[in-house]
Amino acid sequence: METLIGKGVFNGIAMGKIQFRNRNEHQVVKSHVENTQAEIIRFQEAKRMQTIELQMLYEKALDNVGEKDARIFEIHKMILEDVDFCGAITKMIELQKVNAEYAIKIISETYMQQLSSIDDSYLKERITDVKDIFRKLIDILSDVCTENIEFDKPVILAADDFSPSETMQMDKSKVLAFVTIHGSTNSHTAILARSMNIPAVISVGEPLNFQCNGKTSIVDGISGKVYIDPDEETIKAFVTKKKKNDEEQALLQNLRSEKSVTLDGKEIKINANIGSPADMEAVLIDNADGVGLYRSKFLYLGRKTYPSEEEQFGAYKLVAESMKGKLVIIRTMDIGADKRADYLELPNEENPAMGYRAIRICLTRQDIFKTQLRALYRASAFGNIAIMFPMIISVEEVKMIKRIVQEVQSELSREGVDYNPQTELGIMIETPAAALISDDLAKEVDFFSIGTNDLTQYTLAIDRQNPKLEHFYNAHHKAVLSLIQMAVEGAHKNGIWVGICGELGADISMTETFLRMGIDELSVSPPYVLKLRKEVRKSKTGHSNH
Amino acid sequence: MINQKVTIKLKFGLHARPAGTFAKLAQKYQCDVKVNCDNKEFNAKSVMGMIAVGAKYGSQIEIICNGSDETIALKELIDAVNSGLGE
Repeated sequence: METLIGKGVFNGIAMGKIQFRNRNEHQVVKSHVENTQAEIIRFQEAKRMQTIELQMLYEKALDNVGEKDARIFEIHKMILEDVDFCGAITKMIELQKVNAEYAIKIISETYMQQLSSIDDSYLKERITDVKDIFRKLIDILSDVCTENIEFDKPVILAADDFSPSETMQMDKSKVLAFVTIHGSTNSHTAILARSMNIPAVISVGEPLNFQCNGKTSIVDGISGKVYIDPDEETIKAFVTKKKKNDEEQALLQNLRSEKSVTLDGKEIKINANIGSPADMEAVLIDNADGVGLYRSKFLYLGRKTYPSEEEQFGAYKLVAESMKGKLVIIRTMDIGADKRADYLELPNEENPAMGYRAIRICLTRQDIFKTQLRALYRASAFGNIAIMFPMIISVEEVKMIKRIVQEVQSELSREGVDYNPQTELGIMIETPAAALISDDLAKEVDFFSIGTNDLTQYTLAIDRQNPKLEHFYNAHHKAVLSLIQMAVEGAHKNGIWVGICGELGADISMTETFLRMGIDELSVSPPYVLKLRKEVRKSKTGHSNH
Repeated sequence: MINQKVTIKLKFGLHARPAGTFAKLAQKYQCDVKVNCDNKEFNAKSVMGMIAVGAKYGSQIEIICNGSDETIALKELIDAVNSGLGE
């Protein structure tokens, strides 16, 4: 049995025989052409045929994956019709008297070169789109038959990669799953696979090759593993896992519209943690109750200059509006010397985890802080926003924050800019200090959110990334749970709500414990929202909740 | 010839789909339409050109129109970008 490791694209599992698609990358040969007019017509004919095929794919996609995902075939059509692209090819045929295949190859390589200099990984994916279109065009010209090979039993398709059009052409009744040597989870192929609910594992590398053809394998889209020629044990495990997974998927669909209520009637807020506006779709689809942590740090990283107020305002407004009235808790800048933000000119530190970071930067460089607060308050007029401050260790810090907030509000009032004065202000409980003085802190703010990741590190004095310390690390350590308990007590004694936004919130084995402690809100990464809702619905808080 | 700057507010930037939408719109007009980003100029009527701009969320682009219907073209293109290009 051979185990291949790649990236799971859709959470399904399948078992079947592999059919390996050998891609005949036949060479494009440059040849001299006298009758350039005829050659141009040849090119246009091939273009026409491909356009027709793309139209058919578009219509099939409309039925199978919906308008939005189908649009990529429209884009492929547009690229094919592109005036500059076609003009360049025609010109090359005419002036250099070469064959259409060669002209297409050269021109398309130029475009791909241009695209590869873009430094955004999502946009770079478009290179695959472009490659797909041009390759097909050349295939049509060369009369290469790339039709689907007929097979009588459903199979697992394997290849170096699948283009969006090939993915779209997959007949679900014939394709159990697919595996590729290359590929990226951002690609259209991955997007389509997800929408078509086909289990897929991509990017497994060279171990996948023609030798695998005909072999039985298990494709596990959940773990991202592929087992070739699985042994008895693995097969048994697969059958069980598949059954469980199919049942779970069915159940989860129902949970989308259910309320997050415990068996004894307490309504818990199940929110989602997001790192950028792009994560929002998942949140909306699973009907999370809100966003419990919006990490604003993405606005500050990967750039050479400060994010302006306008830019920040745009991002906050976008998420506030997209969540349509559901609460969005935005955390202010949470960066330290360990992250790349050279324009901040943070001095090198021995110990960035305990250093000049987050709120400490904001309180000493108030221009940065005020810019963010202004953007946040302006956005508060467009949705339901709350603001949360990280790394708090004292009441003095909170008082200073509130003074600065007052200043920002006065400024905005003077300028006649709309904002919501009732915007809730909360703090992260992620230091032992904050947990220990939670009674005092709760008097100053509207809510707490417990950052269990950092709280655990600081409390146990362990760096989670250090593999040598694995034996010593215990996420459920009594000390950490005691501090969480303290924070809950401090909060409730003073009438404010308390939630968890660290990873521990998604730990299903701890859910009932937290609910019994009195936790009011759990904010987790989007894939866990429904699982958590299911768990909450079968737990009890042990208190009277009516 | 007239021009105006506008900021891209799409979460994934000006990727294939909105690039295509923008190019299709630009093709409607008689005038020449160009897009300038980081001192590089692209033909706005070309979807490949618009993809090659590589504009991310927050990038600023300058739309330049030159021809008989330049005024209405510029206005409608700026409005289209600001209203999200159908994303």
